[in-house]
Amino acid sequence: MVSLSRTDLSKLAIFAAIVLTMPIWLAPFGAAYPGLMQKFAIYAIFAIGFNILFGLTGYLSFGHAAFLGVGSYTTVWSFKLLTMDILPAMALAVVVTGIFALVIGYFCLRRTGIYFSILTLAFAQMCYSLAYSVLTPITNGETGLLLAKNDPRVLDALFGASASTDGLPHPTLLGGSISGYTGFYICAVLLIVSFYISQLIFRSPFGLALRGIKSNQTRMSYTGFNTKPYTLAAFVISGMFAGLAGALLSVTDPLAGAERMKWTESGNVVLMTILGGVGTLYGPVVGAWLIKYFENIFSAINTNILHSFLSFLPDGLEQVVVAVLSKFVGEGWHLTLGLLFVLIVVFLPGGLVEGSQRLARWLTGRLKGSGAQPHPHPAE
Amino acid sequence: MATQPNIILHAADVHKNFGGLRALSDIDLQIEEGKTHAIIGPNGAGKSTLLNVIIGRIPPSSGAVVFDGQVLTGKAPHEINQLGISRVFQTPEIFVDLPVLHNVMAPAFARRDGAFRVNMLRSVDSETEIREEAEQLLQDVGLYARRFDTSGALSRGDKRRLELAMCLIQRPRLLLLDEPTAGMSRHDTNTTIDLLKKIKSSGMTKVIIEHDMHVVFSLADKISVLAQGRIIASGLPHQIKEDPRVQEAYLGGSVQ
Ligand SMILES: Nc1ncnc2c1ncn2[C@@H]1O[C@H](COP(=O)(O)OP(=O)(O)OP(=O)(O)O)[C@@H](O)[C@H]1O
Ligand SMILES: [Mg+2]
Repeated sequence: MVSLSRTDLSKLAIFAAIVLTMPIWLAPFGAAYPGLMQKFAIYAIFAIGFNILFGLTGYLSFGHAAFLGVGSYTTVWSFKLLTMDILPAMALAVVVTGIFALVIGYFCLRRTGIYFSILTLAFAQMCYSLAYSVLTPITNGETGLLLAKNDPRVLDALFGASASTDGLPHPTLLGGSISGYTGFYICAVLLIVSFYISQLIFRSPFGLALRGIKSNQTRMSYTGFNTKPYTLAAFVISGMFAGLAGALLSVTDPLAGAERMKWTESGNVVLMTILGGVGTLYGPVVGAWLIKYFENIFSAINTNILHSFLSFLPDGLEQVVVAVLSKFVGEGWHLTLGLLFVLIVVFLPGGLVEGSQRLARWLTGRLKGSGAQPHPHPAE
Repeated sequence: MATQPNIILHAADVHKNFGGLRALSDIDLQIEEGKTHAIIGPNGAGKSTLLNVIIGRIPPSSGAVVFDGQVLTGKAPHEINQLGISRVFQTPEIFVDLPVLHNVMAPAFARRDGAFRVNMLRSVDSETEIREEAEQLLQDVGLYARRFDTSGALSRGDKRRLELAMCLIQRPRLLLLDEPTAGMSRHDTNTTIDLLKKIKSSGMTKVIIEHDMHVVFSLADKISVLAQGRIIASGLPHQIKEDPRVQEAYLGGSVQ
């Protein structure tokens, strides 16, 4: 019953292959180390969830970073109070974030369009400042929530898991360490599961209802759909994805700080989704990877690297080229990303995924001559 | 006397004011089950407003609408639809970003699954029963060949026919049609008339607003004439045709 159609199945298989072989194909780009690949996977999960709300339902949230933060804090608290095992931590994070999203969504979804966006932004900013003020007993304010040696960890104590003798304990999965590549593969598997869930939603009658809401909410209600609970469900599901992403951030690096709830984080996930392609399956993933790549690799390129890279050029020319390019790399990566964003929004509406599909169709059309257009299948 | 006709919809003493404008006054309208009831009247007479009051789009200033023993006034649009009332709008309300086929399938899910259900485990395309029903209806309205096209790309007349299919797949007990043939070619108008005649035999009650007298007199069992927010005449088609008040108010002196 939950089996996918053959095209969906092959999409999932291709996606899984791409994710699991990241250490191989990211190597030439200088990004194949676990710490960064984990980020790729985690932010892809964040964006996939965001896309279920924004891409399918059309509600643009500017406050999704709040859910990232709640997921992180819950995870660290689970590490402190219950156990260092990551499974209960992640489950708790998803559930708590879901409840949190239910409350925020209940209020914000009373408005649509720009008013909804502003409301979500306001809520997230509220969480952000509360984390620094009233809620410091929970968030530990500016220092951030950290593990301590004398945390109770009642479950670990109960089952007699020996507290590590040297320094702070590390998160474990069923007793095993999750450092290095293990951590990456845990994130990768969860990314594949998230992709699968998003596939299920996309093709289901539930997904069709969400698309209907995006397309024409008036028609939806005069067709007998109660649109409120549908939008709320989409909001909660997408919040839970963000909660999982937040949990993974703390699983791979057991601390939580309020800066994760900052509005720039909320803005980032919007950019990721738009860059890759709103409402497409792969788009948010591509967008997340691109932005994280820029943030981590492009920003590390300095003039020395440029000089060695361009040493084949004549000396005078090299100086000029390096001088120009250096404005776009290193500290200037925001500039490059901004330019890229503008170019994509203007020339590839629909984002990279749809844009490349259109390009491919145009190319095959050119190759085959003026043959009949391939028949588009129901939208994916 | 034959058995008393069953009144499925009764708009009782409905008034609607928009600021100072009296869009509807003293409306008392009874719709018989299984019949096709046409509402005619000049532009701005209040015909669409009357439908808006019935389906819960706007609340009446006073009065109530009763459908099959239930008061509709105050109910949400989706609740009214779930009771079995569907409407074709004067300006087509369709899902312009979705393929034609999915436009028709979506309302069928609302009929089958109710106003809200998180149905994530099946795929839309594997719902063969609903898919076949939708394809059959698209055959009936003549849009089958375009079922994979995005519906926003359809012509105005085609959008209307699509919207009709979207309403018909819900198998409503009461179908409200606001100028269902406006913007259609003569040929498509006749196809639509035939289609509406066919569903008439299935016992569905219809309220139809039309300016095209050919359509009205081909379909209507009963006609009400609305002018300046009041029902000035109600009766069988031939009675309406001969009513001098109607000829004066609406038909410009003669019906032919
Ligand atoms: N929401 C509204 N707010 C204010 N005035 C309205 C509103 N809806 C309709 N009206 C006014 O009420 C009157 C009746 O409008 P309505 O649309 O019901 O007419 P109609 O009989 O459907 O006309 P047509 O044949 O042109 O469709 C018009 O004068 C219109 O301007
Ligand atoms: Mg009208």
